[in-house]
Amino acid sequence: MKIFVTDALVIDLDAEQWECRACGGALGSARDNYKRFMALRPRDPRDIHAPIIDPDRYEFTFAPDPQWLTIVEYYCPHCGHLAEAEYLPPGHPPVHDIEFDIDALKAQWSVREATAAPVLGPDFVAPPHHHHKGGH
Amino acid sequence: MTSSSDKVNEFLQDATLFLAPDPEIMNNHGFAPRSALEERCMAKESDPARIEIVRERLMAGANESFEMLENMGAAPGAKWGDCVSAMFTASGDLSLASTGGVVIFVNLVQYPIKFINKYWKNDPSVGVREGDAFLVNDAHYGQAHNTDQSLMMPVFWEGEHVAWVGATVHEGENGAIEPGGMPSIAEQTWDEGLKMPPFRVAENYVLRRDIVTFLQNSVREPKLQYADMKVKMYTCRRLEQRIHEAIAEFGVEAVVACLRRNLEDTDAEVRRRLKEWPDGTTRHAWWTDGTLRENALIKINLAVTKKDDVLTFDYRGSSPEFANRANNTLDITLKGMLSQLMLAYVWPDLPRNQAVLNSVRFIFDEHSIMRPAPTAPISQCMMSVFTSWSVAQVSVMKFLYCVPDKYTRVIAPWYCMINTFLFGGLTQHGEMVGNVCADINGMGGGALADRDGQQSCAPIFATMADLGEQEFMEEEMPFVQLVSKKLMRDNQGFGRQRGGMGYQMMLALRDSPAWGFMLTAIGSKFPNVPGLFGGYGCPTYPLARVRGIDVFEAMRTDPGQFRYSIAEMMNEQPFPEAQYSTHPMSLPYALAARGELYMIAQGTGGGFGDPLERDPADVMRDHEEDLVSDEVAWRIYRVVFDPQTRIVDEEATAKARQAVRDERLAGAMSYDDYCAQHVTAKPPAHLPYYGSWDDTKTLYAGSPDVSFPAGEAGPPIIMPHPLQVRIDALERQLAALQTAG
Repeated sequence: MKIFVTDALVIDLDAEQWECRACGGALGSARDNYKRFMALRPRDPRDIHAPIIDPDRYEFTFAPDPQWLTIVEYYCPHCGHLAEAEYLPPGHPPVHDIEFDIDALKAQWSVREATAAPVLGPDFVAPPHHHHKGGH
Repeated sequence: MTSSSDKVNEFLQDATLFLAPDPEIMNNHGFAPRSALEERCMAKESDPARIEIVRERLMAGANESFEMLENMGAAPGAKWGDCVSAMFTASGDLSLASTGGVVIFVNLVQYPIKFINKYWKNDPSVGVREGDAFLVNDAHYGQAHNTDQSLMMPVFWEGEHVAWVGATVHEGENGAIEPGGMPSIAEQTWDEGLKMPPFRVAENYVLRRDIVTFLQNSVREPKLQYADMKVKMYTCRRLEQRIHEAIAEFGVEAVVACLRRNLEDTDAEVRRRLKEWPDGTTRHAWWTDGTLRENALIKINLAVTKKDDVLTFDYRGSSPEFANRANNTLDITLKGMLSQLMLAYVWPDLPRNQAVLNSVRFIFDEHSIMRPAPTAPISQCMMSVFTSWSVAQVSVMKFLYCVPDKYTRVIAPWYCMINTFLFGGLTQHGEMVGNVCADINGMGGGALADRDGQQSCAPIFATMADLGEQEFMEEEMPFVQLVSKKLMRDNQGFGRQRGGMGYQMMLALRDSPAWGFMLTAIGSKFPNVPGLFGGYGCPTYPLARVRGIDVFEAMRTDPGQFRYSIAEMMNEQPFPEAQYSTHPMSLPYALAARGELYMIAQGTGGGFGDPLERDPADVMRDHEEDLVSDEVAWRIYRVVFDPQTRIVDEEATAKARQAVRDERLAGAMSYDDYCAQHVTAKPPAHLPYYGSWDDTKTLYAGSPDVSFPAGEAGPPIIMPHPLQVRIDALERQLAALQTAG
């Protein structure tokens, strides 16, 4: 049974393996930190959030300070899909962000039907309150 | 008969010199045990259908009162929804909040009501009687910060106290050291303006004019103070009226049982839903980049553990408190914000009451930025509590994604910072004012799995708040937004679905002899929110200024000079005589000159998913709407298209995207190699770093060489005055020059 843990990562409960949702490639033990199985690349934040105003003339440009921030990207080692972009001060250890109890997960899903795709959930329904300002 | 221990307690209470906030009240966010009144009423009224009818009746009353509050409120905050009204049990638990409005405000009102119940009700010099109204604004007794004021009124029926009602407004001005009620230069709690513990301001439904006058005399906006006290009292009276009518129709037992059942049923449903989540722990850390007086890297650390039907938010390892900076928060404020998270972003179908947190536990380090000393200022608590909220939003979404029965959708982080102007001075009508622009509500929404986030939509603390009408503001205030609510190109949280974008604003003072602005936002060096599941976060945001120019004169003489975006104004520098500069968005209150430009942008919500998977048609739609440039369409989204026709070359795009995936892997390394090459044992020496690094039990305080065990007071972190820092630097330069020659 496959559990869609994130938009990019699946746990195969039977094999107890993390898998890439994009390519289906196996990554590693579901009982371990998935980040250990990914391909990592530290990025200069300005390569993503590029300056919007001239960095030669201004100190603050809408681009983060690379002395203060590194963006660590985690890719599927099989297909290069970007699974997570972690914002960290330079040198800070990556955070073990998802640590589920696999035995409890197995017990929980033993009485559930498998899902073929992530469940998005209900659509938003507007509440009855309305503003009455400004003639609208 | 009075026991000896009762007498001892009575003696101790009489002998207490000062009734400070009571830890027994402030440390308990759960609801009270059933009272004798509730037991009696629930024994007599247990029909769920009838209770539901009563609930709907009370809900209609709460919503009606909120409409009154929003429409009559004089404060700018009231006009655009930064207010709320609610009904509470007689014990003081929040049972039913209005559908619109700010949940955190009323979640916090439980504390002052419980203080009144405990200390004033049986005090012969105070008491609680029908027709009384009590007012509070001191956050330490239960408010978000001292700029908010809550009025509370007991509801009686045939002489018996059966409920409380309350109304809260972000009033703004409160007599603090800077105008507008949220001073960033407060160095101690006594710089934060009015400090009202819950105290009686009305008897027999009449405000006491002597007390009102005292409060008016303590603030910069005396008319506002009086007007909104009346507004809040009549809002409470409408709530009281609707409760009385429900009692007259259904009986007091049905109403009291309904208020209680709201709590118990919500608690039971929350526990049922939590069992649907996976057991385990999610972790997330984020950093704020300043105190509003100086840039500093301040950690907010969170581990959320879910086991069975209990959720634990463990914030240990977060930054220590700042003894003389206003960016500390109180833990009750964070708890109130997390009730907003759960009720707006996780279970929006649940009744809006405090039971949503009854099965939630919290762990904090003492003396942390969330548990500061009582003397530490907290007037800009948003600088830490909003980040703490966003960290929780990410952590909760990582539990929620795999749950098959959802009650709303997983969303990337909402932008969480108040990119807005506060203002103060004399208006064109000769009035002294001090308050905040409605752009405080202009935060961009996070992206969802199947759709982009909503542009500059609502603040994280009030999902149904309004951006207000700029023209209303300009009728009353002497400044003009020359560019207002214009979305800013490339200001985007990139992702397969992109975050809701933020608008830019360019404003200038026009007609006032004495007027100033201030800005109280962080995120100019380190962004304020991340993305989710491969989406990117927001960029950073500066304050851009153009000085030495009166743009109104320039527009009169040569209107073609003006530029209608920050990028054009700053990159093209159209006024040759002007000075152009950028700064962090933390500007202490400073007088403005006519026609000088102040420019900021609202923030974007986080993106969702790998940007390389964004549908090229969505990129082209954004391009057509001038939301992304050619450069971003290529650099981030790798779409190959004809800029004139926006016709996408699908084959070339697929090829270009595959090339990026190949580049990613070619440039990547293993986790272990990354840790070996890039991870350090301590924070880098060049960063003024506060909080834990890899071990949550050790906190750093500004340097890798200064650390102490978490939970200890430190030495207290006392930051130098920024002007003194500047003076010292200049004196060093001067000494060096004198030595040189």
